[in-house]
Amino acid sequence: MGRMSAATAVSSTGAVAVRDRADVQRQVKLAVVYGLVLVTLLAFALTTSDSTVWYTLEERVNRKESPPVEANGALVLWPAVAVAAVAVALAALNRVPRSWVGVVVHGLVGVAFFAGFLVWVYADQANAGAIVMTNPLPGTIRLATPLIFGALAGVLCERAGVINIAIEGQFLMGAFFAAVASSLAYSAEMGLVGGVLAGIGMGALLGVFAMRYLVNQVVLGVVLIALATGLSSFLLSQIPNDPDVKQYLNEPLILPRIEVPVLSDIPVLGPTLFNQTLLVYLMYLCVVLVSWLLFQTRWGLRVRSVGEHPKAADTVGIKVNRIRWQAVLLGGALAGLGGAYFTVGSTGSFDNGASAGNGFIALAAVIMGRWHPVFASLAALFFGFMWTLQAQLAFLDKIPGELLRASPYLATVIAVAGFVGRVRAPAADGEPYVKS
Amino acid sequence: MRLEIKGLTKRFGSFTANDSIDLTIEPGEIHCLLGENGAGKSTLMNMLYGLLDPTEGQIVVDGEPVTFASPRDAIAAGIGMVHQHFMLVPVFSVAENVMLGREHTRGLGVLNRRKAAETVRELSSRYNLAVDPDALIEDLPVGVQQRVEIIKALSHDAKVLILDEPTAVLTPQEIDELMEIMRELKRQGTSIIFITHKLREVKAVGDKISVIRRGKVVGTAPPTASETELAEMMVGRAVQLVVDKEPANVGEEVLSVENLTVVDPRGHQVLKDVTLAARGGEVLGIAGVQGNGQTELVKALLGLVRPDAGTIRLDGEDITRHGPRESLDAGIGYVPEDRSHDGYVGDFSVRENLILDLYRTDGFSRGLALRLDAIEQNADARIKEFDIRTESPETPVRSLSGGNQQKVVVAREFSRPLKVLVAAQPTRGVDVGSIEFIHKRIVAERDRGTAVVIVSTELDEIYALADRIAVMYDGRVVGVVGPETPREEIGLLMAGAGAGTTAATGTDTEVEA
Repeated sequence: MGRMSAATAVSSTGAVAVRDRADVQRQVKLAVVYGLVLVTLLAFALTTSDSTVWYTLEERVNRKESPPVEANGALVLWPAVAVAAVAVALAALNRVPRSWVGVVVHGLVGVAFFAGFLVWVYADQANAGAIVMTNPLPGTIRLATPLIFGALAGVLCERAGVINIAIEGQFLMGAFFAAVASSLAYSAEMGLVGGVLAGIGMGALLGVFAMRYLVNQVVLGVVLIALATGLSSFLLSQIPNDPDVKQYLNEPLILPRIEVPVLSDIPVLGPTLFNQTLLVYLMYLCVVLVSWLLFQTRWGLRVRSVGEHPKAADTVGIKVNRIRWQAVLLGGALAGLGGAYFTVGSTGSFDNGASAGNGFIALAAVIMGRWHPVFASLAALFFGFMWTLQAQLAFLDKIPGELLRASPYLATVIAVAGFVGRVRAPAADGEPYVKS
Repeated sequence: MRLEIKGLTKRFGSFTANDSIDLTIEPGEIHCLLGENGAGKSTLMNMLYGLLDPTEGQIVVDGEPVTFASPRDAIAAGIGMVHQHFMLVPVFSVAENVMLGREHTRGLGVLNRRKAAETVRELSSRYNLAVDPDALIEDLPVGVQQRVEIIKALSHDAKVLILDEPTAVLTPQEIDELMEIMRELKRQGTSIIFITHKLREVKAVGDKISVIRRGKVVGTAPPTASETELAEMMVGRAVQLVVDKEPANVGEEVLSVENLTVVDPRGHQVLKDVTLAARGGEVLGIAGVQGNGQTELVKALLGLVRPDAGTIRLDGEDITRHGPRESLDAGIGYVPEDRSHDGYVGDFSVRENLILDLYRTDGFSRGLALRLDAIEQNADARIKEFDIRTESPETPVRSLSGGNQQKVVVAREFSRPLKVLVAAQPTRGVDVGSIEFIHKRIVAERDRGTAVVIVSTELDEIYALADRIAVMYDGRVVGVVGPETPREEIGLLMAGAGAGTTAATGTDTEVEA
């Protein structure tokens, strides 16, 4: 060994003192983003002269039963500025932890930003008390419902290794056939069944072309969306305008709201969560169900294994394509339910392009939620919140309506590009498995 | 369990991968299958494991003929396999990987993770295979991952265990541990089919040796047979196991690397403060287990990765910030470790691949046009000089054998004047004949005064070529030693420490030497 020590030159320290580039990037990114939030909030605070705002906890203003409450917005604005300032300081010193504490910091800054923004928008009113801040949460849940179904469908398929960008197409067909089934059976609940069946049908198409004919799955998704758009539009045009026929094909019943006893009396949360339609309650159930299936059951373990390393699954006797088929069909069923929202779940009869791009936002939620059912659902809730906010603020002239309408999509781009950072898709996502 | 293979044949179209193979594996024996890459070992094992259907022939277990439609049948019959590329899901825990396919559940298909962890603990204590059931596979060193594969096979009650090239990714110490594990398994009655092309291992652990060449069993030998005999059986002719070379005529320092540090996109330091020098007329061998920073070092030398700290100098000129084209133009020759990924374009012809990094030179282009005649002459000359076995210069490189593909890459890199040759795994997946040839050319390049840097995970190759050996571990050069240093000493360096415990437990300990 003596010769060895003579010949070797080893530094006894651990890592070399080189600042990791990713760490620097994170520091800069956080400091810039928090800095922008701080500057914006400061601008809000300084440009607000009369910070009195009125709010109600109801979803709609009801001046008789619960009159709007007056509040001093400055008590929100300045603390929000303080939170942002602390966050900027932490980021500049690179002291934002990477653990869940860091997530709490991000969350606090986000809440501070939205609170400050709302106060600013509603403050400085010409007629005192004319415009009242309402509770955006019930609307958030409703608008997020189809997104969550779509995101769950995407998560299931992609966890099994099949890329599903055709969620939009599944929505459209689900919406159309939900309307038809509901009209035929004169029952809103049957509409859900129709939506599920249509979603499964679209899932089956995805499965056949992706797994049997090994078509490139991104191209396939685009083609399926085009197919669903054209087909639903064609079928709609074939329904005659004669009211006697039309009532059996495109005049669906709408799901009624069901108030859950006791739970719906909880302040704020009660009306938000427990005064909704059957479809929304199904959505809660599905989030729990998909998470449980994926992470607690044998089937879920197999689904994840075929999405990560199909050959490993094959060598222990798991039938890769069979598992993938199951996941794709179940995903189709969920997306079909999401589609049903656009007819029997909300507005009633089917119109061309009823899903209005929701499928693409659901796809963004999948990525933002890192292919995890719960996180994807949270991302979907975020989009629902942005939409609700936009609808509520549409008639206030503080910021241009166009900018407001674009804001959910801007938020998507920023969120996906900046905050999610490096995300890892299932390793075998989009790769067909062919036995050699 | 007694496993017999009778007349097993597999044809792919007109190509016969396995030709009427007969083998018998007795209970509790370690049966070595020796053969070159492409000899048909893997095809045979895939048939035995139900991944391929035999064209003809029979598999007989304890006197009963069986057919395996899928791995599930083979597993049920008591056959387990540890694949060369591990069949483990990297983001799953050890226990989840072990139970996959035969999950422990508590009704309703709900996973029972505690039970699965218990199974792993039980097997690991019974066969002395230390592993933490809750660790994630991607966090474990390869040696431990291999143990997980063995546990996985044993949890399926394997009576015959197939180990497909299990030592390719291990340090010498890990190889010793694996052999100990194999002996322990044998003591407890498991038979092992040990597939390898390394003669020393076969002799160390085998009870019986069968040699496969071009899809046929060409003979069996006892473990007492000499290495030369075995090599001859494997290749089909007398082979020279040692490269003839004169003592190095060492010149001046050509390439120098100082305090080079590289951080990967995930934030890990994959190269830590590396300082090295390569001198003209000398082969510097870089030894180390795969994944200890060699890949990043080579990429940094070529300008494929931008170093986060440190400098690289070529003839005194700072080339740290050069891109690949500037590096190649400056006179660095590059044989990449994964030739199909970085070395050639598979669908391009041999002729085109021979000028992939030369097409811009005056010899091969004029203005915007290529000089097709010159390219053709070049191809003919190189094919002859390097003995590239191809139907024609038009043949796509993809359809050549591994050895000939590598010769195309080597021929191209050697066809311009070099100051430094960087060759990573120059003979991986290459037949013995081509290995001899490529080694000779590398030595010839050295004798011409080029500084040669060879990166190899095969110690045999390092010993055959190197005039100086640098050993890498965990992103650092942990030692630079002479070519006569004993194997054990280099092995200890490759494992990162004198104690040799690092790789076994998977924890990071500091290097002392």
